[in-house]
Amino acid sequence: MGILVKERDIVTPGETLAEGLDYLPGQGTYRKEERIISKLVGIVNIDKKIIKVTPLSGKYLPKKGDLVIAKVIDITLNGWRLDINSPYSAMMLAKEATTRLVRKGEDLSRILDIGNYVLAKVKNVTSQNLVDLTMNEPELKKLSEGLIIRISPVKVPRVIGTRGSMVSMIKKETGCKIIVGQNGMVWIHGDEKGEVLAANAIRRIEKEAHINGLTEKIKEMLEKAKSKE
Amino acid sequence: MGYEKRIDGRGFKETRPIEAKVGVIEKADGSAYFKIGKTWAYAAVYGPRELLPKSMQNPKTGILRVNYNMLPFSGVGERVRPGPSRRSREISMVSEAALLPVLDLEAYPNTVVDVFIELPQTDAGSRAAGICAASMALADAGLEMKDLVGAIAVGKVDDKIVVDLQYEEEAYKEGEVADIPIAMIPSTGEITLLQMDGPIKREELIEAIKIAKDVIKDIVEIQRKAIKDKYKGMIQ
Amino acid sequence: MREIAKIIKNNLRIDGRKLLEYRNIEYKQGVIETAEGSAWVRAGNMEVLAGVKISIMEPYPDTPDEGALMVDTQLLPLSNPHFTGGPPDNATIEVARVIDRGLREGEAVDRKKLVIKEGEKVWAVSIDVIPLNYDGNLIDIGGIAAMLALMNTRLPELIDGKINYKKLTDKRLPIKHIPIPITVYKINGNYFVDPTDEEERVAEVRLTVTVLENGKICALQKGGYGTLTMKDIEEITAIAIEKSKELREKIFKSIGGE
Repeated sequence: MGILVKERDIVTPGETLAEGLDYLPGQGTYRKEERIISKLVGIVNIDKKIIKVTPLSGKYLPKKGDLVIAKVIDITLNGWRLDINSPYSAMMLAKEATTRLVRKGEDLSRILDIGNYVLAKVKNVTSQNLVDLTMNEPELKKLSEGLIIRISPVKVPRVIGTRGSMVSMIKKETGCKIIVGQNGMVWIHGDEKGEVLAANAIRRIEKEAHINGLTEKIKEMLEKAKSKE
Repeated sequence: MGYEKRIDGRGFKETRPIEAKVGVIEKADGSAYFKIGKTWAYAAVYGPRELLPKSMQNPKTGILRVNYNMLPFSGVGERVRPGPSRRSREISMVSEAALLPVLDLEAYPNTVVDVFIELPQTDAGSRAAGICAASMALADAGLEMKDLVGAIAVGKVDDKIVVDLQYEEEAYKEGEVADIPIAMIPSTGEITLLQMDGPIKREELIEAIKIAKDVIKDIVEIQRKAIKDKYKGMIQ
Repeated sequence: MREIAKIIKNNLRIDGRKLLEYRNIEYKQGVIETAEGSAWVRAGNMEVLAGVKISIMEPYPDTPDEGALMVDTQLLPLSNPHFTGGPPDNATIEVARVIDRGLREGEAVDRKKLVIKEGEKVWAVSIDVIPLNYDGNLIDIGGIAAMLALMNTRLPELIDGKINYKKLTDKRLPIKHIPIPITVYKINGNYFVDPTDEEERVAEVRLTVTVLENGKICALQKGGYGTLTMKDIEEITAIAIEKSKELREKIFKSIGGE
């Protein structure tokens, strides 16, 4: 009876995490009779009486309000279809991309062309996962220069770090502007060496996401790379 | 007479050596291989991803699609011609049915989860090995599953119930042979794949399935360890 | 904002390699027990299996005194999200034929020595080159894997003119030469070798140059929809000869291939 796992244990689907009724099943788990069982490959997180399993892999599922980086993949009569690094592509209406009036029949490729990247927000998601995006907020924009990389969406919180600590540190060390989309697409803009360095740092965070003292290790790595120049 | 000693000297309830590894296909969403004796199965999972043509989409749930394939040099004997055969199509379908019961794809309407099983080398038991690899690959892809699925072939060679037949045992000439691939959800004991070639008495069949149940529990532990080994680097 | 093209232009690749630098190549022979010969080759995240199956056939009427050699490749949907399976497309067939041509024109195997009975029975050698992890440059990496598999092959026993696949003899294939395919890609006026999948997709044009031990070129294939100038050909062939020496030294020297 009681709990069978520790904080930060890695568990697999079907593994019993606790027996008896003392604990409650959180995200990534389910209850079967008196047992709490994992339904994911993930890391155990015990918050008082709630047992959660944080996933270590998986796809991005859009939620309303998410900040995402998206790539234009098609132009339709009244807007664009965009790749959001998810099983579902997204739509954006012409009026969501610009504050000025878009005339009927206007060539939308002049506003956003195929292959362009944008920073956008998820405006709406239906039950069948039809997704609408908007750029009608001050910080949302077309991303014209820089480097885009894709990382595992479940690692986004690690790349951002507690209150943005990790990404701020990488920005400072590499001199790059960086925006991390909730969907695992990351925009990096600086000089070319800085961009490659930042990309490598982010790839490493993705690989070692849950080790202790990761921020320090990444900082060390960046400082070392810079001193080599 | 009877079947006194196995061709490779193994115990009757003993499997061949097993090796499992997760994260073997870089560009896949989840992947694994499962090797049992000479039989070697790779599995890669892509998805959930957009399902085309649209007419195949289901607006209520994502669907699972399994494809089993033997590589041209994977069999002793003549080259295996590339492309689907009647045998590989049937195995694809029963493997799909073996894996679907542990998955819940309702959060992914209109999508597909593709599982590709490829065998570079075979010596009997290939569908069971494929299912073991696929189950690990699905978990590695981050999909929600109520449990893993484990699989093994058990059977009867002459007068003995045996576990994990190899090709030479399937081809045993001195007496009757039955080959029974089984897949199971270990936590509930539910059987998700059951096939048999060859004659067997009802009591022997039941005994063989009971033995398979124990073996599958051990196999699933090997699968779990392989998954954890891949992710260990993320916490240490 | 085609990121990779931009980086190549400035002499920097996303993985830190130089433009004319191959990924680190690892290899192993005899990895598939059900094949008569096999090899595994890994270059970065590109991982290729090559397996040889031997059979007996009647010789082709125009070459009654020669055995047969054929190369096939499959782009498994397991190996990369871009592959859909089904019958091979033209690009896949091209790769198989380019590897095939290199081995054939470079006389990797002395086909005259594959005759069992002239005009009646010859050995047929089938090589399947299959990436498990697809990450670019299949012609070169697959060509090396095919060669390693051929060098690893043992002929099966013959009983009354029939093959006994369960018993391999000590007889090896009659290896004559080791042709090495080197493919040079071009983008924005820059040459580069050994592309990853992403780099391969943005390249404009490529030229595969298959080179023998003595520096002679035994096969060529221009690929892609871009064009090549005379200067391109001069430079690319020089690069290919240089690179083939390097790979020959690294891979084939230690395994007795000259």
